[in-house]
Amino acid sequence: MVSPILELTNINKSFGHVQANKNINLKINKGTIHGIIGENGAGKSTLMSIVFGLYQANSGSIKINGKEINLRSPRDSIVNGIGMVHQHFMLVENFTVLENIILGFEGETVFGEKLANAKKDLEELCKTYNFNIDLDATIADLSVGFRQRVEILKSLYRGAEILILDEPTGVLTPQEVDELFKILRSLKEEGKTIVLITHKLIEIMDLTSEVSVMRQGEMVGHTKTQDTNKEQLAEMMVGRSVLLRVDKKEIKKGEVIFKVNNLSVKDDLDVIRVKNINLEIRSGEILGIAGVTGNGQTELLEALSGIRKVESGNIQLFGEKISDQDNFLNPRMLKEKGLAHVPEDRQRMGLISDFKAHENLIFGYHDQEPFSKSAVLNNKEITEYSSKIMQEYDVRPNSPNLITSNFSGGNQQKIILSRELNENPKVLLVGQPTRGVDIGAIEFIHQRLIDMRDRGAAILLASVELDEILSLSDRIIVMFDGKIVGEKENKNVTDRELGLLMAGVA
Amino acid sequence: MEFLSDIASLINSTLRISTPLVFAAMAGIFAERSGVIDFSLEGKMLMAAFVAAVGSYYLGNPWLGLLLAIIVCVCLSMLHGFASVTHKGDQVVSCVAINILIIGLTTALAAAWFGQAGLTPTLNEEQRFLEINLPFADSVRDIPIIGTLYSDILSGHYVFVYLAYLSVPIVFWIVFKTSFGLRLRAVGENPSAVDTAGINVFAMRYKALAVNGVLIAFAGAHLSTAVNANFFREMSAGRGYLALAAMIFGKWHPKTALIACLLFGFTDALQIRLQGVELPAIGEIPVQLIQAIPYILTVVLLAGFVGKAIAPNAIGQPYIKER
Repeated sequence: MVSPILELTNINKSFGHVQANKNINLKINKGTIHGIIGENGAGKSTLMSIVFGLYQANSGSIKINGKEINLRSPRDSIVNGIGMVHQHFMLVENFTVLENIILGFEGETVFGEKLANAKKDLEELCKTYNFNIDLDATIADLSVGFRQRVEILKSLYRGAEILILDEPTGVLTPQEVDELFKILRSLKEEGKTIVLITHKLIEIMDLTSEVSVMRQGEMVGHTKTQDTNKEQLAEMMVGRSVLLRVDKKEIKKGEVIFKVNNLSVKDDLDVIRVKNINLEIRSGEILGIAGVTGNGQTELLEALSGIRKVESGNIQLFGEKISDQDNFLNPRMLKEKGLAHVPEDRQRMGLISDFKAHENLIFGYHDQEPFSKSAVLNNKEITEYSSKIMQEYDVRPNSPNLITSNFSGGNQQKIILSRELNENPKVLLVGQPTRGVDIGAIEFIHQRLIDMRDRGAAILLASVELDEILSLSDRIIVMFDGKIVGEKENKNVTDRELGLLMAGVA
Repeated sequence: MEFLSDIASLINSTLRISTPLVFAAMAGIFAERSGVIDFSLEGKMLMAAFVAAVGSYYLGNPWLGLLLAIIVCVCLSMLHGFASVTHKGDQVVSCVAINILIIGLTTALAAAWFGQAGLTPTLNEEQRFLEINLPFADSVRDIPIIGTLYSDILSGHYVFVYLAYLSVPIVFWIVFKTSFGLRLRAVGENPSAVDTAGINVFAMRYKALAVNGVLIAFAGAHLSTAVNANFFREMSAGRGYLALAAMIFGKWHPKTALIACLLFGFTDALQIRLQGVELPAIGEIPVQLIQAIPYILTVVLLAGFVGKAIAPNAIGQPYIKER
């Protein structure tokens, strides 16, 4: 048995009172693709940031090729052959590819010869790995998939032998994922070691040869990928058995209750982001919107929920026009007509993070009885109601007085859902309902959405998670560049088919 | 000929008046490109003027006064860095605190040392910078155009005027052609990218602030040891803020910032020239209105006349590495 290229022993790390990593031990063998799986907040990214020298562990030791090293900053780990592709790319958007790659490793005070050499070397590297990147392109002009390649190229140029990728597929289309996996496999062939951090079981099964599972800051298991399966890994991640498929009854379609005609919408910079869209949703139906982030889904949802002006076209609810370019009903009036909205960005639009849970739970209804009387809040009623509804929606901990930002992502989302669903809306607009939410809570949120549908609500679900769209929707539309480029009944549709549409090629 | 010499003297004063603005705008570019807001240009300029005047008075040499001003301004920049980079305080609040501190401190120290609130003794010729007459300036004066250009516009300025315009291409070269400049721009756009490239974000910002302190000291020394021969209360008179506006108007770029500084300098030169002049059909324009021209121009330009100024992405945000 060869000695591992990377060995972690008893790593501990806390942020304030939260212990993000507890006594972590990990061995990664040279030339393998090693998966690290766990839910959001399990401590995977923290652990890898320690390996990359970005965070310093409180205790524990790190060995590379059997030699103990002290990582005080990313420079130390880069010098020791560790590269990391972060979940949020570490690129300067208005710099060129070349500038981003040489940053910190310029090798000369005044640009000249070394810069020309670097360019030559990088062109060579691009050719070897078939990267097809224009080194003089500005990052802002590149697609997400290309930016990721720039990150990989950057690590390779800096001499990485161990390449850590943190949730690399979250923002990619299925085809881009295929491309990425091809690159990673060829890197492995070259003898590089890859560490893949993910919460997606399918990627682990697809790509890795060994897998380590983390839960709540602890390492709960290591195994060879071929000796395990998805169900077993999911159980290790969550600590109990989970339903990976949603139970869904046959659809009972009703009347069309929500209709959008020739809708166009501009964004804040006056660019048309939604282009002439038509759609209708029936009662008892979930309509899924698939698409890569930034293809107009955000602006569409905002226009439908009355927080963004309609440029042209109109929106109808129960046959009555609620918005066109001259008039639109504000969110409060829409709420009274039975439309609820769970916004994409829960920290920015769904919640006031610094408020207490009970304040967020009644926000929007705070001026109605029984929560207030003659403009004075009735705290007793509010707290009782909050405690009850938090019980019902399984918000943990059930403490209405806790500041909202102290809840986990999943529990924050449950707070929003409980507020929006409690009034039994007829139409529900949902954006990214499970972004940053743990598996246990995903299961719960999905079940709630299905329940709403079975009770006859019309639901519009926008999500970048194809699995989510495929498992919940009755009908799927795909958005690309502000237009609907495809519509399919959700029967025998594959993620590949949708992926082609999402990339705008089909 | 009357008209030509009027124009020449207008350009001459534009160059002189713009000088402290150019130094301050270049100083601002260093701080703000690194992601640190610098409203304290005003306060630092005032402090530099005070220290330079007092320094030359006691040491008898204006260069030593300038050196002292540089040291003090770098210290003030470090103070700003300590509050807003190391301790992640609000950058604007830190600047406002420095500005207020300095208005009070200069007045109080002048009172304590020289017995006059906010006034330092007049410097003699040994203790201040004098106008530099370029060689042959007198002999070529009578050659048409070239003579005017050389003798009346280019010649006869204080050393700071030449240094200010020399600093612009140097700043451009540092910011865009050196690895320090690349790192400087990166740290103001995306400090995480700089950190993960193995560069110390805090050290980069401190370095940028140090350069900022050196440059702003020149602006202050120009005011109290060159164009004036003493320090008086609040003598920076909003030039630090005007330079900041010029820098924003110039989109954080040395060349366009220079143009903005010259524009502000020109309106100021013009308003001095226009005072008391009778204009046909209008008559004499009230002095107050004329004096307001540079400030009105600032407001109009910044209120969107120049399109959207896109600031460095991470400006004003302290870098927090661990959540």
